[in-house]
Amino acid sequence: MQVIINGENVQSSADTVASLLRERDLDPKRVVVERNRAVVAREDYDATPLNEGDTLELVQFVGGG
Amino acid sequence: MEDCLTVGGVNLKSRLFIGTGKYASDDLIPAVAEASASEVITVALRRVGMGQKGVMDYIPSGMRLLPNTSGARTADEAVRLARLAKAAGCGDWVKIEVISDTRHLLPDGYETAKATEVLVKEGFTVLPYINPDLYVARACIEAGAAVVMPLAAPIGTNRGLQTKEMIGILIEELDVPVVVDAGIGRPSQACEAMEMGAAACLVNTGIASSDDAVAMARAFRLAVDAGRAAYLAGAGAVRTGTEAVASSPLTGFLR
Amino acid sequence: MKSFETYLQEWPAKRRKEGFLKATRAQVLSVLGRDHLKPEDFLTLLSPAALDLLEPLAQRAHELTVRFFGRAVCLFTPLYISDVCTNQCRYCGFNAKNKQPRRHLSVDEAYAEALYLHQQGHRNILLLTGDAPKLSSPQYIAEVVRRIKPLFASVGIEVYSLTEEEYRAVVDAGADSMTMFQETYSPELYAWLHPVGPKHDYAFRLNAPQRAAEAGMRSIGVGGLLGLESFEQDAFATGLHAWWLTRYYPGVDMGVSIPRICPHEGQFTVEHGVDDRHLVQYVAALRCFLPRVTITCSTRESATMRDHLIPIGVTRVSAGVSTAVGGRATENTHNPGQFEITDHRSLPEMVDAIQKIGYQSVIKDWEDPTASSVGTACLAAAGG
Repeated sequence: MQVIINGENVQSSADTVASLLRERDLDPKRVVVERNRAVVAREDYDATPLNEGDTLELVQFVGGG
Repeated sequence: MEDCLTVGGVNLKSRLFIGTGKYASDDLIPAVAEASASEVITVALRRVGMGQKGVMDYIPSGMRLLPNTSGARTADEAVRLARLAKAAGCGDWVKIEVISDTRHLLPDGYETAKATEVLVKEGFTVLPYINPDLYVARACIEAGAAVVMPLAAPIGTNRGLQTKEMIGILIEELDVPVVVDAGIGRPSQACEAMEMGAAACLVNTGIASSDDAVAMARAFRLAVDAGRAAYLAGAGAVRTGTEAVASSPLTGFLR
Repeated sequence: MKSFETYLQEWPAKRRKEGFLKATRAQVLSVLGRDHLKPEDFLTLLSPAALDLLEPLAQRAHELTVRFFGRAVCLFTPLYISDVCTNQCRYCGFNAKNKQPRRHLSVDEAYAEALYLHQQGHRNILLLTGDAPKLSSPQYIAEVVRRIKPLFASVGIEVYSLTEEEYRAVVDAGADSMTMFQETYSPELYAWLHPVGPKHDYAFRLNAPQRAAEAGMRSIGVGGLLGLESFEQDAFATGLHAWWLTRYYPGVDMGVSIPRICPHEGQFTVEHGVDDRHLVQYVAALRCFLPRVTITCSTRESATMRDHLIPIGVTRVSAGVSTAVGGRATENTHNPGQFEITDHRSLPEMVDAIQKIGYQSVIKDWEDPTASSVGTACLAAAGG
């Protein structure tokens, strides 16, 4: 299945947001997910399916002023 | 009565806000935070996998996070970033930062006020980063901003209170706390801002770019406290000799 | 909506009195060295400690006045168009109980009087009426404004308190300024002084300047009638009122008038008479607190006092004054005026006197460039 993650076309076998984060070795407590421009609440990661062509933003907090 | 700064219903004892950017190593952040005695710390949001490690592991628990919307070029983008930050579970404070001029990094007041309006309605405590422009400040306050954060000098320049007159006008005119943000590079400059009546200072580069960030964090804490204490004490007369007017050219007619 | 009525509650009489009494000489000197003053600093400048430093206080006020206004003084003249009044203000010559002939000018008569003033050279006029809303209705006031506006660069009103809608109608008719004296900011004393009539409503009057600001009035003036209440109470509240309005209506040209009560037709004992030194202190303290506000001094004050108050802070004075209704171009019933004038100088005499003390008279300061007028469209701005 092809999805767009942070602007790049990516092949993924994950079927939920949670499995996508596992696949990419990302800590779900540290990453915030936006799917098709809507924020996904952390407690919904398991229940949120991934579909062909979804656009995802995966962001985290970094240093800033 | 203890002198507290109240922002969005939260009482803060420290009037120094610090940042998490530009440190030689993020490992310094816990010690800097401790030396600064700060209760508010800013962070930014970025896409994962862009070569930056997350910063959350370095922030002492108990500090209030102030995520900024850096990277936003429009009000819509700032709103989007703010919602993401809130979803990350770090509270409902947000520093609105909308910059579309990458050369000077000056904030876009019009877009900032628009984003403030949207986010206040969504329940955020909004701290907009602005040019010290009275009209922009008023627009943000009208939109519900909890404070305004005018820049002292262009961001990251360490040039000090270049906009002193304008910040003085904001302090004089506005009913919300004025938090001086950006450009403060020396403790003396932070002290001066506090003496003028600024409610707090946000310092990132000034600490992070010094040779000893922990020692400089402590210096800023002392400077902000000293400036605040001086403000509360009320400065004495600068001019001397006002009493020694021998004749009374203006009021002599009364005798 | 925020209101001054609410804000004033943060400054109860006790707080004003305490701040007034406890101010020290060192505090006064400190305030005189500072640029942006807060309400508590203004109170310090009204204190007995500041009275002992009257000359340095006046010097500071002079410096600020010259900085913000230059050496220029605006001239205006009042035009009383009706002295019919339903109030019984205990200190006022128009008190309804005073049995005297009353006069209410028709719109045509008001125009004739105004035309006379125009021919005398006046371009800045202030319309006054008593409180008789049925006879001198808002519609009547607006009609007079509309009729005489082409003769003047500026038409102001000093009438009873109007609603926001009524102020808007008067603004639409061409008025650009309103003056509203609260007389006293003490609600209890206010109620006693104004026992009956529309003026009895303290809050409605107190919030009138804000309603005028909401209605788009360009210039707004407030004033306490000094001598009714103890000095620090009303002097402070008046400055505070102007300060509050400039804070929340920064687009308004704010003004303060400094009337002191003087003898009139009727019986009223002045309990808190304000002497000359306190009047000078008041003007100087107002100037330090509110560097940009217009300070107006009427002909209640003598020529000597007015000439000396100009360098200290007064920026607007009246000339060629009559406080009676009619008598210039129309028949006069020889009724007494609202108060006794002590400076009878005509417009040319005022211009001369002002020149003699080294100042320039401004007959016409500002005119709405979108309004039609027979005057020439020159702007004599006093700033810059």
